[in-house]
Amino acid sequence: MESLKVELKAKIIEVLNLEDISVEDINDNDPLFGEGLGLDSIDALELIVLLDKNYGIKLTDPKDGKAIFQSVETMAAFIAANRKK
Amino acid sequence: MNTENYISKYCQIENNTVFVNGEKLFELKDVGFSEFIKNAYKEFEIEYPKFFKMDNLSKLAFVTSEIILKDVCEKDQENDIAIVFANQSSSLDTDVKYQNSIQDKENYFPSPAVFVYTLPNICVGEISIKHQLKSENAFFVFENFNTKFITNYANQLIKSRKAESVLCGWVEFYQEKYKSFVYLVSKDGLLFHNEKNINTLYNK
Repeated sequence: MESLKVELKAKIIEVLNLEDISVEDINDNDPLFGEGLGLDSIDALELIVLLDKNYGIKLTDPKDGKAIFQSVETMAAFIAANRKK
Repeated sequence: MNTENYISKYCQIENNTVFVNGEKLFELKDVGFSEFIKNAYKEFEIEYPKFFKMDNLSKLAFVTSEIILKDVCEKDQENDIAIVFANQSSSLDTDVKYQNSIQDKENYFPSPAVFVYTLPNICVGEISIKHQLKSENAFFVFENFNTKFITNYANQLIKSRKAESVLCGWVEFYQEKYKSFVYLVSKDGLLFHNEKNINTLYNK
């Protein structure tokens, strides 16, 4: 689980072009949206693509994203339970 | 009443060099556009994290405009500046990237972050958001920089009191070939706002 979280942080930084942010800067429970990393709605769509492309997980209802994308911790738990690759 | 308009500030970026009011202020040779524009962003102390998410056309238009507007716009209040931009290749550079991402049906992962930049006027939106500009804006696609059209358009906007100032320019980017020339037209300034002066500055 720890390695998945590190991998996920690196992918989020790469996919969302988070300049000047490193893996070490993101805490497992930091909120991804709002006051945390300050991601926006387009970033949320990119995270949905990230799940599909890297882990074979298709989110059919975008509303599910609110709970899944709370933090790296919640994302990693969801991926671990649902990944197809 | 003085009906003459002026060019109050102008900025050009091409060949990995930034000129402000004709003076070379930054140069970084032997690197690609991404590296160059990131360093220009830092050199001019622009602070706007969303910059890093922009496509190349928006990065070019944003940095060129920001160099002009950062000392002109009042922070945290609406600024009455219209924007009239043009280029030759529209958003084709990003359109091609997006097309490549959906070309392969077996590897079909269209990027929403790339898709949102598949219109040229998005760069105008980025500048407007940064400076809370709610005035008129337009983006035209011409074969070449149409000085007469842009000059008339800017003059008409000021004459009809649609805006106090107009940020005009040419922002072209396609496959690493680029040129930006942006200038602010207002009631005071360095040079008369006329076709001759604009053509001279554009071709320098």
